[in-house]
Amino acid sequence: MENEMKIEGRVWKFGSDIDTDAIIPARYLNLTDGGELAKHVMENERPEFPKEVKPGDILIAERNFGCGSSREHAPLALKSAGIFCIIAESFARIFFRNGFNQGLPLLESQEASKEIQDGDQIQVDLTTGEIFDLTQQKRFFAKPIPPFMQELIEDGGLIPHLRKKGFKKK
Amino acid sequence: MKTKRPMTITEKILASHAGKKEVFPGDLIEARVDFALGNDITAPLAIQAFQEMGAEKVFNRNRIALIPDHFTPNKDILSAEQCKVLREFAKAQRLAHYFEIGQCGIEHALLPEKGLVLPGEVIIGADSHTCTYGALGAFSTGVGSTDLAAVMATGRLWFKVPESVKFVFYGNLNPWVSGKDLILYTIGQIGVDGALYQAMEFSGEAIRTMPMEDRFTMANMAIEAGGKSGIIEPDRVTLFYIQKKAQRPYRTYYSDPEASYKEIREFDVTQIFPQVSLPHIPSNTKDVREIGKIEIDQVVIGSCTNGRLGDLRVAARILKGKKIAPSLRLIIIPATQEIYHQAMREGLFEIFLSAGAVISPPTCGPCLGGHMGVLAEGERALATTNRNFRGRMGHAQSEVYLASPAVAAASAVKGRICHPDEVMKRGSRGFRGYGK
Ligand code: SF4
Repeated sequence: MENEMKIEGRVWKFGSDIDTDAIIPARYLNLTDGGELAKHVMENERPEFPKEVKPGDILIAERNFGCGSSREHAPLALKSAGIFCIIAESFARIFFRNGFNQGLPLLESQEASKEIQDGDQIQVDLTTGEIFDLTQQKRFFAKPIPPFMQELIEDGGLIPHLRKKGFKKK
Repeated sequence: MKTKRPMTITEKILASHAGKKEVFPGDLIEARVDFALGNDITAPLAIQAFQEMGAEKVFNRNRIALIPDHFTPNKDILSAEQCKVLREFAKAQRLAHYFEIGQCGIEHALLPEKGLVLPGEVIIGADSHTCTYGALGAFSTGVGSTDLAAVMATGRLWFKVPESVKFVFYGNLNPWVSGKDLILYTIGQIGVDGALYQAMEFSGEAIRTMPMEDRFTMANMAIEAGGKSGIIEPDRVTLFYIQKKAQRPYRTYYSDPEASYKEIREFDVTQIFPQVSLPHIPSNTKDVREIGKIEIDQVVIGSCTNGRLGDLRVAARILKGKKIAPSLRLIIIPATQEIYHQAMREGLFEIFLSAGAVISPPTCGPCLGGHMGVLAEGERALATTNRNFRGRMGHAQSEVYLASPAVAAASAVKGRICHPDEVMKRGSRGFRGYGK
C-alpha cells in the first residue's frame, strides 16, 4: 500500500495540454477497475504505450498536463499501468488534486520537462525533488512536494490517509 | 461581517466557510461544503472510496445529489451497472436528491433549475464543469471522485485559496453574439491554461444585460481556460432567477471595490463577433467569418454549456420553416426533462422535427463520445458543447468544432460552418434579450 519515495525508470515523454480524453477516452468510463483502464491508457496518443509501459516508468510532459474532465480514472489508469510519478512544467488543477489523492506523485519542473528526452533512464527522489538523468548525466530539482501532499503519497492516497487518521476528525 | 481587508467575492465566500475573517490567495484552508454532487461516471468510484475509508453515513442526506446523466438512458450493461451503484447507494443512505431518468437532466443544468445550488455557497462536484454554478455567485469547483468521497463523509474539504482574475466586458453585444461567443473569445485570448488555478470573475455591462442562461454558459467554460472557478456577482437577474426556486436560505457576497486581483482584463464586446473553436483545443478560436468553407457531417445542440431553453429557442428561430442540409445530421438534446417538456409545449419540437432534426432525451450523450451521436473516423461535427479535444466525440480521427446554438443551427441549414446572417434576413437581432 505504502509508496516508495525513490525510483529509477524509463521516461515516456509527451507534449503540452495532454487532456483527460487523451489519457483515458470516455468510451472506457464504464469501467472502474484500474487494471482494465490501464489497458487503454494513452492509446489515442501513443498506441504502444499501454502495451510497453513498465512498473516504475516515469511520464514527462510539458504544460497543463491532465486538463479537461475531472475523471479520476485518468490518474488511476496511469498509476495502475505502473507509472511511478509524472514530471511536467505544470498540471491542470483537478488532475493535480486527483493525482495526489490517488497516491500518484506529481512534480513540477520546467527544466526537467524541457531537457529530459523520451527513453532516458532517470532517478527520482520524491522527498527532495531531485531528478537525475542517467542517460544525459544531468541533474534537475523540482519544486519540493508540500508536506501534506508527501503524507498522502506515503500513505498511498487520500483514502488510506483518512482511514489511518480516523476520518471523523471533526 | 466587517472584513479587515478588501476581498473578492471568492475570498469572502471561502473565508466565511472556513470560519475565518479573511483569507489570502495561496492559503490552504479547510472549508465547509454546502452541496456536493456526482454522476454515473464519477460517483461509483466515490462510493467505492467512501466504503474503503470506513465511512458509514453521509454527512447530510439533503446536501448530496447523485445524477446519472452521462451514459443514460443506460447505453450498455456496464453503464447500467454503474447507475445501479448510484441508485442503491442513494437508497441505502436515503439521499434526498437522486434523479432517475424521467426527472433527470444534465447535472449542471438540473441543479440550478431545482434551486439546489445557491449564491454564496461552496459547492463541489465530481465533474469538472461544476464551475457552472459560479454564475449564481457561488464558489463552485470540480474535484475527483476521492475528494467527493471525503466530502460525502465529512462535509468538508481542503482548498487552496485561488488568485482572482477579473474579466470586464464592456459595450453592447453584436447581433447573434451570446455568452458562448464571449467565453470562446476569452479562452482564445488567454489560452487553455491562461487562468490555471485561478478564480475567473466575469463582470461589466455586457454581463449585466445577459440572462442567467448565458451566464451559466460562461462560468461553465472557466475550466476550459484552466480556471478553478468562474464567478459572477449576483444582481437582479440572478435574484429573479433563484428567488422562487431556492431550496434553502442563502447569502449574497460582492467583491469590495478595492479588492486586489492578479490581473484585470478588459474586452470591448463591440469587437467580438460569433466565434468558432477549431480542433483540437478550445483556445483555437476564430471569428466564424474567417474560417473559410468547412463542411460538416453532424451538428449537436445540447450539453451543460448550451442545452437550456434559451439555447433551443435561438436554434428554433433560425430553423423555423427551413430544412437542414441533406448531407447532415442534426441532433438536439434538451438538457433537462423540464426544458424538454417546455420546449415541447412551446412548439419548438415541431420546428426541429420539420427541419429534419432528431431530438434526444436529456443526456450528456455525444458530448463526451458516449452515445446518441458518436463520430466515425474522419467525420466532422459542430457542437454547442465545451470540449473539442481529439477523439472527444468518438473516433480519434474525428473533429469537433465548438460554437453557439445560433451558429450551430445556421450551419446545420448550410451544411458548413457559417454566420447566422447567411441564413437569416439582415437586421434580425440575435441576442435573446433580458430575462425569459
Ligand atoms: S454535457 Fe458534456 S461537459 Fe457537460 S457534464 Fe455532460 S459530458 Fe460533461
